[in-house]
Amino acid sequence: MICGGLAVGTLLLIEEDKYGVYSNLLFKYFLAEGVVCGHDLFVASAKELPTNILKELPAPLLDDNYRNELGEATAVKSEDFQDFMKIAWRYQNLPKVEVSPTSSARFGHYYDVSKTMSSELLQSIKCHSFFLPEELSLQPTIKMCNMNCGYARLLQSIQKIIYQEGFDGSHPQKKQKNVLRIGIQSLGAMLWGDDICSTDNPEDTHSLTKFLYVLRGLLRKSLSACIITVPAHLIQNKAIMERVTNLSDVVVGLESFIGSERETNPLYKDYHGLIHVHQIPRLNSLICDVSDTKDLAFRLKRKLFTIERLHLPPDLSDTVSRSSKQDLAESAKLLSSGCGAMAIGKKHLDF
Amino acid sequence: MFAELNELLNASPQRPEQGKFTLLRDTRTDGSFLVHHFLSFYLRAGCKVCFVALLQSFSHYNIVAQKLGVSLTAAKERGQLVFLEGLASCLDMLFGEEEEEQAGQPRPLRFISESTSDLRALFDFVRTSLAPAAGDAWPGRVLLLDDLGVLLSLGASPVAVLDFIHYCRVAVCSRLQGNVVVLAHGGEDSEDEENELVVTSLCHHSDLILWAEGLATGFCKDVHGQLKIIRRASLQPGGERDVLQTYQYKIQDKNVTFFARGLSAAVL
Repeated sequence: MICGGLAVGTLLLIEEDKYGVYSNLLFKYFLAEGVVCGHDLFVASAKELPTNILKELPAPLLDDNYRNELGEATAVKSEDFQDFMKIAWRYQNLPKVEVSPTSSARFGHYYDVSKTMSSELLQSIKCHSFFLPEELSLQPTIKMCNMNCGYARLLQSIQKIIYQEGFDGSHPQKKQKNVLRIGIQSLGAMLWGDDICSTDNPEDTHSLTKFLYVLRGLLRKSLSACIITVPAHLIQNKAIMERVTNLSDVVVGLESFIGSERETNPLYKDYHGLIHVHQIPRLNSLICDVSDTKDLAFRLKRKLFTIERLHLPPDLSDTVSRSSKQDLAESAKLLSSGCGAMAIGKKHLDF
Repeated sequence: MFAELNELLNASPQRPEQGKFTLLRDTRTDGSFLVHHFLSFYLRAGCKVCFVALLQSFSHYNIVAQKLGVSLTAAKERGQLVFLEGLASCLDMLFGEEEEEQAGQPRPLRFISESTSDLRALFDFVRTSLAPAAGDAWPGRVLLLDDLGVLLSLGASPVAVLDFIHYCRVAVCSRLQGNVVVLAHGGEDSEDEENELVVTSLCHHSDLILWAEGLATGFCKDVHGQLKIIRRASLQPGGERDVLQTYQYKIQDKNVTFFARGLSAAVL
């Protein structure tokens, strides 16, 4: 979906869906993939204990095929850490989104969301955690760039791990190079001490963007990749979200249908929500590999989370009443030009 | 640099213009390909370039520049390119050793950590980088900035940003007869008022504006966007009207092709 995966050194920002249900799921997928690939993890949250988050990671679906690839995937490929290595995460069951593969090796693993990852697998990798309430009580407040204290403390913590564990190339004699996967939950929410989610005239409009800038620097200088979920729907000051988008590499918005009028819309009856890809990076290149389709929807089945190209359900019935046809036409208006051939406007064509 | 863009701008590396302020804008799309163009253009033209790169790492620009036939590493080594990597400079400032601070190392991004929001330190950096030096082999002077929105995101006030640009214009365009090229994001339906203020103000003072826009009809595989070229003839003595030209473009791996609207190769 994001054309090849999340490159090392970059930041993926997820705009949370209204209740955070699906963004949390993607967050856990990212971490689970890290466990299966043998990467180190750094989990930060202000509301949930990282150890609890880690206990709820989905279990990987491992059979003989996957076990062979597991061996391949854990070997680190880059000599020079300036090269970008791709860590892909794709959750599709069926190949409904066409993405041209960059190599014949299979990327990513599949997970069963109905089961949790075993603790033995979890213990095979190193997990660093950051739980804001604990961190704030431990040390005195620090001053960094007039930034919100929680963010400053988090940056310090990340930088310390990157340096001590050698993800930035220091201590080259220490051990084989590995990748650090950083996951930060609900950044910008009130629990982080930021008021951008509660008022459209926040006291400090720059803390979050300063944080993202410094984080970007840390990511670019180390073998790490980061995923951040942000409750964008709560941030009232839209200028901040624009700046946040500019400072991130990949930005994806999740829109779930829970509690919205789209839940009962026949157009979306097979899906649980939409995915909006707001930004993909152009890294080390003039071009970016944009996928053909812009309309993506997701659904959570019993075991799997899938992302599919959005298509209209077939209109098979002759006796469909005029009003529901009109709804479909209305909904078709909402689709972007990826399905440009659809009729738009209130009138529908009779054949 | 993109040969077709040079033709459209009537520019050539053999005879670069002097004393010009060029504003690069983008709306609903990524205009950074224009930054790559001007970087390689002015290096080919033999100018000394001060590149304030706030958003991406050095290796990103270097890899793209190599595709365009210019090596940034070589340019840096021979003193033609002064490169400020904003991300690295910020990290050094925040997590660097105490001794470095006292040694009087320049801290161009000092405004992030201090309560003064003026960009004086950044301006001093630009001024000293482009100052004429004895035995200098580079006749022209160019300041390139990517991108302006980052300064606002890091806490600089719009007035401070405009002051900084003004000082740079005086120092580079007027005194040194050099050129300034600045990239700013933002569009008509942006909610970022501070950014709009800065961009609108700069539009009034630019000699040339290159405005890359995403197509209003949405994404297209063969036409990546539209480029408006606005020559501010109204600023020249004679008071003629501004000249506006519109082209569409497609970005490829090592080049960008430009064509008249509706005449993309895919259509013809």
